[in-house]
Amino acid sequence: MLFTSYSFIGFIAVVFLLYYLFPRKCQWPFLLAASYTFYFIASPSYLLFIGATTVSTYMTGRRLDALKETQDAYIKANKGSLSREEKKAYKASMKAKQWKWLLGCLLFNLGILAVLKYTNFVIANFNGLLQMFGSGGQISFVDLVLPMGISFYTFQTMGYIIDVYRGTCRAEKNLFRLALFVSFFPQLVQGPISRYSDLAKSLYERHDFDTRTVAYGLYRILWGYFKKAMIADRILTAVNAIIQNPDTYQGGFVFVGMMFYAFELYADFTGGIDITIGIAETMGITVAENFRRPYLSKNIKEYWNRWHITMGTWFTDYIFYPISVCKPMLNVSKASRAKFGDFIGKRVPVYLSSFAVWFTTGIWHGASWNFIVWGLMNFVVIMISQECEPLYKKFHNRFHVKDKRWYGVFEILRTILLMSSLRMFDCYRDVPLTFRMFGNMFTHFRLSELHTEAFLELGLTGADYALLSVCLLLLFAVSLIEEKKGSVRDLIFAAPEIVRYAVFYVLVLSVIIFGAYGIGFDQSQFIYNQF
Amino acid sequence: MEALLKILTNLHPEVDFETSTDLVDGKIIDSFDIVSIISEINDEYDVVIPAEEIVPDNFNSAQALYELIVRLEDE
Repeated sequence: MLFTSYSFIGFIAVVFLLYYLFPRKCQWPFLLAASYTFYFIASPSYLLFIGATTVSTYMTGRRLDALKETQDAYIKANKGSLSREEKKAYKASMKAKQWKWLLGCLLFNLGILAVLKYTNFVIANFNGLLQMFGSGGQISFVDLVLPMGISFYTFQTMGYIIDVYRGTCRAEKNLFRLALFVSFFPQLVQGPISRYSDLAKSLYERHDFDTRTVAYGLYRILWGYFKKAMIADRILTAVNAIIQNPDTYQGGFVFVGMMFYAFELYADFTGGIDITIGIAETMGITVAENFRRPYLSKNIKEYWNRWHITMGTWFTDYIFYPISVCKPMLNVSKASRAKFGDFIGKRVPVYLSSFAVWFTTGIWHGASWNFIVWGLMNFVVIMISQECEPLYKKFHNRFHVKDKRWYGVFEILRTILLMSSLRMFDCYRDVPLTFRMFGNMFTHFRLSELHTEAFLELGLTGADYALLSVCLLLLFAVSLIEEKKGSVRDLIFAAPEIVRYAVFYVLVLSVIIFGAYGIGFDQSQFIYNQF
Repeated sequence: MEALLKILTNLHPEVDFETSTDLVDGKIIDSFDIVSIISEINDEYDVVIPAEEIVPDNFNSAQALYELIVRLEDE
C-alpha cells in the first residue's frame, strides 16, 4: 500500500476515525491491530519476520531485566558482607551473562536481516570471484522475501535491546505494547528509527480528540504529500530519463541529473517523513524529527547532523562510540601513540570507528557496491574535511570571511554540490559507470547542449518545469523561514483564520490538481522504502 | 581536575572549560572530540568511560566530566 495511494489515504482515514471512536484504553491495542493489518495487506509472510524479531527482543529484554533485578537483590541482601572487589566481580559476572543474552538477540535479528537482504549480494560477489579465477561453476540466486521496512524495525529493536542492556531504559513487560513499538505502521515504511524512550510514552498514552493537534498533523501530512506529489514524483521522470540513458545524456546533463536527483530525494524522503510524523501527530503521538533543513548546512558534518537524524544518532550511539571507546580500541590507540606519535595515535580510534560506521551506513542502504562505495566516500570526505579544519580556521581568521553572508551562501552551495555528487552512486547502475559519469560531467560539459528543447525531451513539459520551479521556490522559502523564525505551522496558526483555511485548501487543491497523478505519471514508491 | 582541564584545553585552546556548561549542547565539542577526550582520560586516570555514559549531561562541562571520572573510579 503506497503512502500516495488512495487505498492508503482511505486506510488512515478509517484508522483515525476508529482511534478516537474506541474507548481510550483501547487506543494502543487498536493501533497494534491496525499496524499488523497494514503489514498483512503488504504481504502476510512479512508478519512471520516482524513477529520473530518482536518475540526474540521481548524475551531478551525480560531476561536482561530479570538478571538486573537478581543482581540488585543480591547486592542489597549482602550489602554488609561483600567487599568492594567481591561486589565488582559479582557485577562483572552478571554483566557477562547479560552480554551473552544481548549478543544472542542481536545476532538473531541481524541474522534475519542479513540473510534476507544480503544473501544474493554475497552470491553475486562469489560468482564474480569464480568467474575471475576461471571457474565455470556458478551458484544460483535464492528467491527470498524482503519484508517492508525490515532495516528500520530491526535497527529500532536493536537500539531498544541495547538500551535495556545498558540500563538506560527498562524492558517492556507487555509483549503487545512492544509489538506496537516495533510495528507502528506510519513509520514502518521508511522510518524514522525511533528510540523506545522517545516514542513509548505518547504511543501508549490515552489521547483525547484535540482539534489543534489534529489540524497540526493534517498540515504536516499535506505538506508531505505536496513535496512527494508535486516535486519528487514529477522530477522523477526527468531523473530517470537522464540516469537510465548515460550514453545519451552526458556532460551538462549529468550535472542536471545529479541536481534533479538531489531535489527528488530530498522531497521524497522528507515528504514521506512529514506524512509519517503528521499521521502520528493527528493521533497525539510524537515521532522524532528526522530532518533539520540539511540543504542549508555549511559543511558535510553539519549536513549529516541534519539529514536522516535518527539514523545518524543511531550509528553514533550504537556503533561509533562503542567501537571507539572499547578497551581493545583504547589499547590500540595507546600502542599507536607509542609507536607513531600523538598525531596518528589520537586519530586511530576515530578513523577506525568512522570507517565501520560509514561502511555499515552504506550497506544498510542496500546490498550493492554502489551503496558501500557511497558510504566510504562519505567517510573519506568527512575525514579530509576534519583534517582540513585547522586550515579553514586559519583561512577564516586571516580573511575574516566567516561572518560574511556571501561566504555562508558559498559554504551552503559547496555542501549541496558535494553531497549531490556523492549521491550519484544512487543513480547509475554500477560503481565504474558512476565514476565515469562523474568525470564525464566535467570533460563533456557543453553549455550549448542545455537548451530548452533538450530539457523538454526529458519527459516534462514547459508547464511541468514552471510548476517545479514554483514548488522548489516555495520549499526553499519555507526552509528559510523555519531556519530563521521557527515552525511555519506556528506562524500559520497565529495568522487570521482565513489565512489558515486558505493555506489548507491551496495545499489540498494543488496536490489534487497539480500532483503527479495524470497521464504519463506513475505514483512511485518512496525511495527509502527499498532500504 | 587540573589534569582534566589540561586535556580539554589542549584539544580546544580557545574554550574556557572552567566556566563552559554547554560543551555538547552548544556544539563546542563533537563526537570526534569526545573520543579523543575519553582516550586521554584512559591514559591519565586509567578509567574506561563506557559508551552508555556518553550522554550530554556527562560531557557538557569539565565539572560534570570530572564527577563522572570520580564515580567510575569508585565503582
